[in-house]
Amino acid sequence: MAEILTIKDLHVSVDGKPILKGVNLVLRRGETHALMGPNGSGKSTLGYAIMGHPGYEVTQGTIELEADGATHDVLAMEPDERARAGVFLAFQRPMSIPGVKMADFLRHATTNVRNPQRKEGEDLIPMRDFRKELRAKMEQLKMDAEFARRYVNEGFSGGEMKRAEILQLAMLRPKFAILDETDSGLDVDAVRLASQSIAEIGGADMGILIITHHDKLLEHNRPQYTHVMLGGRIVETGGPELAEELHQRGYDRIRAAYPEAAAEEAAMSKSENAAAQLGVA
Amino acid sequence: MTQTIVPSGFTQAAFDAFLAARREPAWLTAQRRELWEAFQAMPLPGRDEEEWRRTDIRLLRLDKFGLPVEGTGGAQLPEGVLTAGVTLGGRTATLNSVPVAQQLAPKWAERGVVFGSLDQLINEHSELIRRHLFTRAVNPHADKFAALHGACWSGGTFLYVPRGVTVDEPLYQLSALQGGGSDFSHTLVIVDDDAEVTLLAETAGDDTPSLHCGGIELWVGAGARLQYVNLQNWGSGTWHFGHQKALVGRDGQLQWTIGALGARVAKVNQHVGLIGQRANAQVNGVMFTEGRQHLSYHTLQHHEAESCQSDLLYKGALQDHSRIVWRGMIKVDPNAQKTDGYQRDDNLILSEGARADSIPGLEIEADDVRCTHGATAGRVDDQQIFYAQCRGLTRNEAVRMIVAGFFQQVFDRIRIECVREALGHAIGRRIREYD
Repeated sequence: MAEILTIKDLHVSVDGKPILKGVNLVLRRGETHALMGPNGSGKSTLGYAIMGHPGYEVTQGTIELEADGATHDVLAMEPDERARAGVFLAFQRPMSIPGVKMADFLRHATTNVRNPQRKEGEDLIPMRDFRKELRAKMEQLKMDAEFARRYVNEGFSGGEMKRAEILQLAMLRPKFAILDETDSGLDVDAVRLASQSIAEIGGADMGILIITHHDKLLEHNRPQYTHVMLGGRIVETGGPELAEELHQRGYDRIRAAYPEAAAEEAAMSKSENAAAQLGVA
Repeated sequence: MTQTIVPSGFTQAAFDAFLAARREPAWLTAQRRELWEAFQAMPLPGRDEEEWRRTDIRLLRLDKFGLPVEGTGGAQLPEGVLTAGVTLGGRTATLNSVPVAQQLAPKWAERGVVFGSLDQLINEHSELIRRHLFTRAVNPHADKFAALHGACWSGGTFLYVPRGVTVDEPLYQLSALQGGGSDFSHTLVIVDDDAEVTLLAETAGDDTPSLHCGGIELWVGAGARLQYVNLQNWGSGTWHFGHQKALVGRDGQLQWTIGALGARVAKVNQHVGLIGQRANAQVNGVMFTEGRQHLSYHTLQHHEAESCQSDLLYKGALQDHSRIVWRGMIKVDPNAQKTDGYQRDDNLILSEGARADSIPGLEIEADDVRCTHGATAGRVDDQQIFYAQCRGLTRNEAVRMIVAGFFQQVFDRIRIECVREALGHAIGRRIREYD
């Protein structure tokens, strides 16, 4: 049975303000999709909503996950249940957890994701096996061994955080991965390495949704589909050539072709600016 | 088997009987009598006093407790948690302030180390103890509890390490309370110049109402090093009043770690005096409270000499309706130039009804100093919880991990592994569902 993540007519509000206004997306395991769009169009919101961030309220629509021979109502699941069902989000701005070592955090995470039925307090995967695997993955990503002993994202540079997200992706091997600007904050070489790594980790085995402004991350992860988000909707879907066009020429054509969504986008960013000026953003 | 203690109250007759049963040097008896009078003359502290403003002791009935009585020992001693897997150089234990065990490895005794019950060593080391007991460290006139302790201390622990001797096995002290007893233990530690030692102390008890009125005096000589850990782990019915002070001499180093898990109400004065040049004191605090526990800590880092360093880090996590109060002061005397002083108190609020008060303070009379302080109190960060959940950790697991991480910064400073482990396990056991 095919494994599919299906998003239908998804509406999401933050603090009562609508951000997503009817998003439709079908992501099959093995496919790579690019999601592009101007800042503030709702791309990150989609990622958070898929994972179940408590601050992102789904007001309409469904997310379904077909996997392991069953159909899961994703919106009814806790974020950790979604993770254990095989959904992963690489954060644009990962949280730091002071005092918790990367290796301990990842050992716990890896155990839970690989044994979704594990109860709290039950054994973690053996330290020896875990260390060996972690070390191999870190070498692959050209990460210093010291990384594992550092506290989760604490004092990491922008690039280190992104590499740490990719390391987690490599260890957790999800069925579906949303990569939210995993290329931002990385220099050219680091983006190339990230792009290669994602391709090696994912291969044909994952459904990947790559949120990006650039085309470098897509170099080794050529998308079958490119979606353009504007004003909280996906307004256009094309092939890999669409990603190249947007990277080179920007969103003027899109805005002109979809004046209604462009107006929504303008209104959203205007109210965002007003809120920021009032200090409530 | 737990015995029931018939409280004698703190009457003149009870005190006279207590004195009569003891065979002690005359100077000590005179000191006890003087402090007994001071105790009787002083009122219980009231909430109009700054130190007691946040600590309510109106439900304390001193007459429900009494002086330590010989023969109330003998019951099964509760297990401590601090020393799993550690080879100890010696140990002492008291039950309801009565010495029940003391032992020191012969190799340390041969090198002149003295360790055991203060009660039992007082005659043999009368002059040494007299020079240090309630002289420059703890002030027995500080308040009514200090005076009561000065008059009635019993059991207790005495540790003396001669000049230049390094004791590389930790020594251990357990103070236990059972069946509604009282604990008046006094700890006197003298680490002579260039000597080094580690003392691990802990308390244990059942949940019956009981009283601890204690004192701790630590003397760290020139170039000496003392690591001292005291874990307050009384049962939930104990009233805990403590006056604790360390004096650190020239080039001396003190690492003082306190853990606080137990007691119904605790009011502690923890003072460190840096009295010789380049003395160094690191103070670590780990607290976890639950139910309606109330812990109140009043710390003083007193810089009395030049170029000394003091660094205090307290971390507390609070559950249910518990409360932690910390008032910290760094005091720098006019001559204590080149002082480097730091104090920080962080609290993690795990339940809506819990409350932490952090009140840092500086009193600086020298002009060439660096003194800083910080305090934080907050809930577990929802963004951190979400991030961990996105990696497959349940909300509960995420919170446990974040709380453990919160304490890690202070654990990183504690070099004694068994202490880190004991505190980590105790905290892990206590964390419940977080909402």
